[in-house]
Amino acid sequence: MSHHHGSHSHDDISHELGHVVPYKVYATVFGSLVALTVITVAVSRVDFGVLNIVIAMLVASVKAMLVALFFMHLKYEKPITWMFAFFPIFLLGLLIGGVFLDNPFRSDPTVHVSAPAASSGAAAHH
Amino acid sequence: MSTYAQTADQEQGPPHVHHMDPVTAYHAAKFGMWLFLATEVLLFGGLFAAFAVYRWYYLSEFHHASHHLNWQLGAVNTLVLLFSSFTAALAVDAAQHGDNARVRKNLLFTICCGCIFLVIKYFEWSAKYHHGLFPGTAEFNGAEFNQAYKSFFGLYYCMTGLHAFHVIAGMGLLFWVFRKAQRNRFSADYYTPVEVGALYWHLVDLIWIYLFPLLYLVG
Amino acid sequence: MSSQCTAGTCNSCHDDDHNYLKYPKGFWSWVTTVDHKRIGLLYLFTILIFFFVAGVFALLVRTELMHAGRDIMDAETYNMFFTLHGAIMIFLFIVPGIPATMGNFLLPLMIGAKDVAFPRLNLMSYYIYVLGAIMALVALIRPIGPEGLQKFLAGLGLIGPVDTGWTFYAPYSLQSGSSVIWMTGAAFVLGFSSILTGLNFVVTVHKLRAPGMSWDRLPVFVWATYATAIIQTLATPVVGITLLLLIMERAMGVGIFNPQLGGDPVLFEHFFWFYSHPVVYIMVLPAFGVVGEIIPVFSRKPIFGYRAVCYASLAIAFIGFLVWAHHMFVAGISDTSAIYFSAATFFVAVPTAVKVFNWVSTMYKGSIRFESPMLYAMGFVFLFMVAGTTGIYLATLAVDVFYHDTYFVVAHFHYTIQGGAVIGLMAALHFWFPKMSDKMYNETLARFAWVLDFVGFNLTFLPQFVLGMEGMPRRYYDYLPQFEPLHQISTVGSYVNAIGYTAALMNLLFAALFSKRKAPSNPYNSLSLEWQTQSPPLHENFKETPVVTDWTYGYGEPVEGGSH
Repeated sequence: MSHHHGSHSHDDISHELGHVVPYKVYATVFGSLVALTVITVAVSRVDFGVLNIVIAMLVASVKAMLVALFFMHLKYEKPITWMFAFFPIFLLGLLIGGVFLDNPFRSDPTVHVSAPAASSGAAAHH
Repeated sequence: MSTYAQTADQEQGPPHVHHMDPVTAYHAAKFGMWLFLATEVLLFGGLFAAFAVYRWYYLSEFHHASHHLNWQLGAVNTLVLLFSSFTAALAVDAAQHGDNARVRKNLLFTICCGCIFLVIKYFEWSAKYHHGLFPGTAEFNGAEFNQAYKSFFGLYYCMTGLHAFHVIAGMGLLFWVFRKAQRNRFSADYYTPVEVGALYWHLVDLIWIYLFPLLYLVG
Repeated sequence: MSSQCTAGTCNSCHDDDHNYLKYPKGFWSWVTTVDHKRIGLLYLFTILIFFFVAGVFALLVRTELMHAGRDIMDAETYNMFFTLHGAIMIFLFIVPGIPATMGNFLLPLMIGAKDVAFPRLNLMSYYIYVLGAIMALVALIRPIGPEGLQKFLAGLGLIGPVDTGWTFYAPYSLQSGSSVIWMTGAAFVLGFSSILTGLNFVVTVHKLRAPGMSWDRLPVFVWATYATAIIQTLATPVVGITLLLLIMERAMGVGIFNPQLGGDPVLFEHFFWFYSHPVVYIMVLPAFGVVGEIIPVFSRKPIFGYRAVCYASLAIAFIGFLVWAHHMFVAGISDTSAIYFSAATFFVAVPTAVKVFNWVSTMYKGSIRFESPMLYAMGFVFLFMVAGTTGIYLATLAVDVFYHDTYFVVAHFHYTIQGGAVIGLMAALHFWFPKMSDKMYNETLARFAWVLDFVGFNLTFLPQFVLGMEGMPRRYYDYLPQFEPLHQISTVGSYVNAIGYTAALMNLLFAALFSKRKAPSNPYNSLSLEWQTQSPPLHENFKETPVVTDWTYGYGEPVEGGSH
């Protein structure tokens, strides 16, 4: 068996296994997740207009962070894992952002709804 | 070739691989799973992006369409998945303490929760199907059926369907881990499969955490 | 100071019985191998077969375009043939391309590791690639036979060769009476293979570097492959879900991209290009890495601006995610987004130009040897510069409205992908051939083939810039008589180009099989790690794990101990 990392240390190479989290932490996190689920259902029963989706996504993100940080041990991971955990979310933001730079600013954003056959045929693009 | 295979007398401790030491292997596996989860986020990301666009097009219709979904069942399923994530985390904790019996117990809870989730999902889908809210039925595909509803339910089935597929895959993965725990494979020195399998399962939970409010609550 | 590995002295003594080509023995050991070097070779043979097949289709398409009007095939066949050419070249040859072949072979050797992080996953991605390739080929065949069989195949979605082009634009791909489901399914499966390879490489670079191989000592090929692997891992899932949605839409009538079902076909293009723009960097970034390895060795100079070259790879990968809609300027996107995407696209030029300047500066006052790898590398720099500068035309919003869907785009694309990625692969094959096989090829023939490649390539595609400027639309079966002379030059050029590639690859193949000329372990006196082990490398790469004490580009500096 090779131990070719030996005593040498890289910034992204560890020498121990994972972190052991106290049982209580898991239980607290689970309790909070249930509470947040109740909250998000309750809030959705009240009409806040556009705020409804904002609140729902905020609560969901708090729940997601709790799962990631404690259940998935992200809290104890190295910065490189954090980077690869959040970079895809950034990319998803780019995708949604780029699409929303287009659709709402079209001269008639609903054109495909009113004229379903408008853009048929095989357009050839590079 | 034999250097890669696990040898019989090595039933305790990490499996021997020729190209890295056990600690590196543990971190490589975990990091690899995080990367794979990153790809999963972007796989579902396309669906979330499509949902954002069509919700913007058909705001009020999406709101109405979401009332056709049963939020009570959705909420129950949310709690079921949250609990399954909790037990998956406990399975890792058990493995870290070398308690294979507790690993098995917690994984069994997790897998059962996955089954409950799928059964509830099945009843939801079949109820929609009987109301004609299913792509492929003549009524749904007809020209007079609301276009916004086509988008909403098209996305609903794609998102929950892809998610359900991941639930099944996750259950398969955890069952494989369970089999290893039956052979008392895990110890404080070696619990990589438990942790990596649990990571995957948590992602299934994470995706649902967003799907539930988007589809069932605010639409 | 340039002494590379201090503990690797024993790595130079030869152990021929345990080199990766001989050990372990037998056909079964090859098809079940988890050795990254053998997997690299498996990929290499597979993709070169597809390169040949798709090349033949390109020649048939070019032959048809020799004269206005019908030459050798009808219009439908022509549509299928250019789709075959594009789909096979893109999905089966150039996307796996350099990363799956040279990346697999070299990455662990270059960082001093024994294998990639997940060797079995590596083999699995090869077989997933094979599965995808089979699905793609099935989608490209016209079903024949008794009616019952044809009905059965149609039930499986096999209704004829795909005629959508490789981009599968909705809504045509939703209406086309061809095996679109199989082709998009194949692209999905191939994407999965690409993701697994990328993931494997990212973990390998992070976790398996030899002692002393810090990030600022990594060879530029490793940096480039790492940047590529990140794109492979993170961009591919988006096209994966897009193709899945297209399949759902065709199979079930889900309304996502079909305007008749309330969908937005332009959204398909957004999703498609969110992957397929970064994918051109998957194709070309590793070629940048190859050239970055070859030029310092044959100029006997340290690579100029090492950090800039490395960071430019990451910058290109990152900016590649910000510019996708420049493929859609005439697709009906809003002016607001068109202006942003045009402006953002110009920024790609910055890190790309940094690389070109660095290669040229590395050669400046160097002691240059014009051997075939160097010729290909220099050809690459020239061809890629043409590709980059014509890319500026296409990034310019107003100009692109005219150039879009003309031969100008075809020429630009081929300068990037053939002049970049394929020439880069040829450079890599010639450079690392002695390492992979321990033989030397015929250098004279290699140079002669390079001349044919270079001349033939420019003869094919320079006229296409002019054709595009004069308004010749791409993908057309027929054209106006005034375009005929340039089309003829282009067709003749494609023949010359084909002879060049055939000669070059045959030269390598014959050398590998029959040549008696043994290559030394390090025929070019390169300093990077893969040359410090024997040729062909051992099954486990190094006898002792090397300890790295310096970067790999210390050429022309005083040598301690005279070992190099």
